[in-house]
Amino acid sequence: MADVAAPVARTPRSGARGGRRGALDGSPAVRWALRIIAVGYVVGLVALPVVTVTRSTFGDGLQPVLDTLADPDFLSAVRLGLLVTGLSVLANTVFGVGISVLIVRYRFPGRRLLSAVIDLPVSVSPVVIGIALVLVYGRTGWFGGWLEAHGVQIIFATPALVLATVIVALPLVVREVVPVLEEAGTDQDQAALSLGANAWQRFVRITLPTIRWALAYGVVLSLARSLGEFGAVRVVSGSVAGQSQTPTLYVNDAYQEFGPIAEHAAFTAAFVLMLVSVLFIVLIAWLRPKEQS
Amino acid sequence: MGIAVSGISKNFGDFVALSDVSLDVPTGRLTALLGPSGGGKSTLLRIIAGLEYPDSGTVLIEGCDATWLRPQKRQVGFVFQHYAAFKHLSVYRNVAFGLEIRRRPKAEIRKRVHELLELVHLEQFADRLPSQLSGGQRQRMALARALAVQPEVLLLDEPFGALDAQVRKELRDWLRTLHDEMNVTTVFVTHDQEEALEVSDEIVVINHGRIEQVGTPTELYDRPANDFVMTFLGPVTNLDGRPVRPHDIEVLADPHPEGVPATVVRVQRVGFEVRAELTAGESRPWVQLTRAQADDLDLQPERQVWLRTSGAATRG
Repeated sequence: MADVAAPVARTPRSGARGGRRGALDGSPAVRWALRIIAVGYVVGLVALPVVTVTRSTFGDGLQPVLDTLADPDFLSAVRLGLLVTGLSVLANTVFGVGISVLIVRYRFPGRRLLSAVIDLPVSVSPVVIGIALVLVYGRTGWFGGWLEAHGVQIIFATPALVLATVIVALPLVVREVVPVLEEAGTDQDQAALSLGANAWQRFVRITLPTIRWALAYGVVLSLARSLGEFGAVRVVSGSVAGQSQTPTLYVNDAYQEFGPIAEHAAFTAAFVLMLVSVLFIVLIAWLRPKEQS
Repeated sequence: MGIAVSGISKNFGDFVALSDVSLDVPTGRLTALLGPSGGGKSTLLRIIAGLEYPDSGTVLIEGCDATWLRPQKRQVGFVFQHYAAFKHLSVYRNVAFGLEIRRRPKAEIRKRVHELLELVHLEQFADRLPSQLSGGQRQRMALARALAVQPEVLLLDEPFGALDAQVRKELRDWLRTLHDEMNVTTVFVTHDQEEALEVSDEIVVINHGRIEQVGTPTELYDRPANDFVMTFLGPVTNLDGRPVRPHDIEVLADPHPEGVPATVVRVQRVGFEVRAELTAGESRPWVQLTRAQADDLDLQPERQVWLRTSGAATRG
């Protein structure tokens, strides 16, 4: 056989690092000006606030930080935040994969509409989503009265927090998975079909491994978005400390109170949220290249 | 027995892909479905595989009615034009897929996969991913994967279509040899007439959703049922308003009662073959000759000759 295996992982790299300078690079003065603008922009918008939050958190030593971390209201907020985030990410993962497969593999009336509706939460302000939820599930809303008569409370309770978070983070998994599914096509699925695999076996053995990195990426994005959600949650939660307060609501409420203790609590909680975000960024950076392979 | 297709029709919206197609493929034969793109040959193959279902008609595989059977219940192996390799699985796991689905014992799977990898000359690539193989190697892997489940019927959809000419030629010969060893009933789709003529026992010419002709390569080449088959299989030129094969035209130096007078326009030498373009009244035929024939006739532009059709090779 004349055909030879393609060399393993050969990536064209020539020129990328060779320090080639084209005519578009401009004079040294322009280059420096551009650099300063870029660095100044990032410093002003990202680095300074991060440094300020960190400094304000640890400004008075470690004790106030530890006090906040032991505060029952804070712990309760973290627990609720984890619960809400966990449930909504779980829901968005399951439905996200299902909807992605539906949109890519099946042709049905209203498919484009469904695809557009899924994107809606990106463009609609979370506050609007929160109000819409109240209008539907609130006491005077469409289903609210009926639900309450049957002993189910949604608004001002955990279910509303989960619902709001699910809606806000809805497109993230779908938008990551759909292009990968589209690119993969149905060839592998049909090959598995002809080899005797049933629908479940094809999903587990072919579809899931195909989308795994895109899915992981979407899940991390959803985690970050869900944990940081504020607007929609603000509207549908009563934000009662120790009961219906998520970490972002805790930060907001503590910050609006007066006094050094409350302020410290706000900064500490903000710092914790920020730390988690950094963790997610690292995770995303680690997942990104794998997705493209 | 083999495959018996009868009265198959299939429409995609307004497009008629297949219209009342009936065909018998005997067991153990290598059959080519040949025709232009969009003629319905791939649809027929996919219906046999169960990847599509017909609007009407029946499919029997080894005597069993398989028309509405799910693909996983048919004993059919399918090879796709673009390999359809499982990208996240090693070559070994790709080939083992069908056996793993059937929950065969590990030892049996290992033995069978290694036999097959040896058969397709990929033993040393067992641990590679498909992306680390060339196109020809990927297609051989796909073939081993399809054969692993010991199908009664092997179906190949333009199996060499995505490969370059050199690899295609090698794989073609290799498929023929493999088929002679395994003797599994094989149907492959191609739009390449040379491929069909070279490899298959029998050719089915399909066009516009209908079967134009079924026969051995020789039958189809020498006795095409209609102009379409004649022009689709092999070179065709025109003499006196009739289609004729360029190598079936006899060139005479002297006048002949049945001969058509013609003038040489151009002579082209392609290796051992000589092609002469001529004018004969209204028609402009071209003729295929050996170099010796051309030298004997002293063929050159402006020369006056007489043409007449020879051999049995006009369509009747």
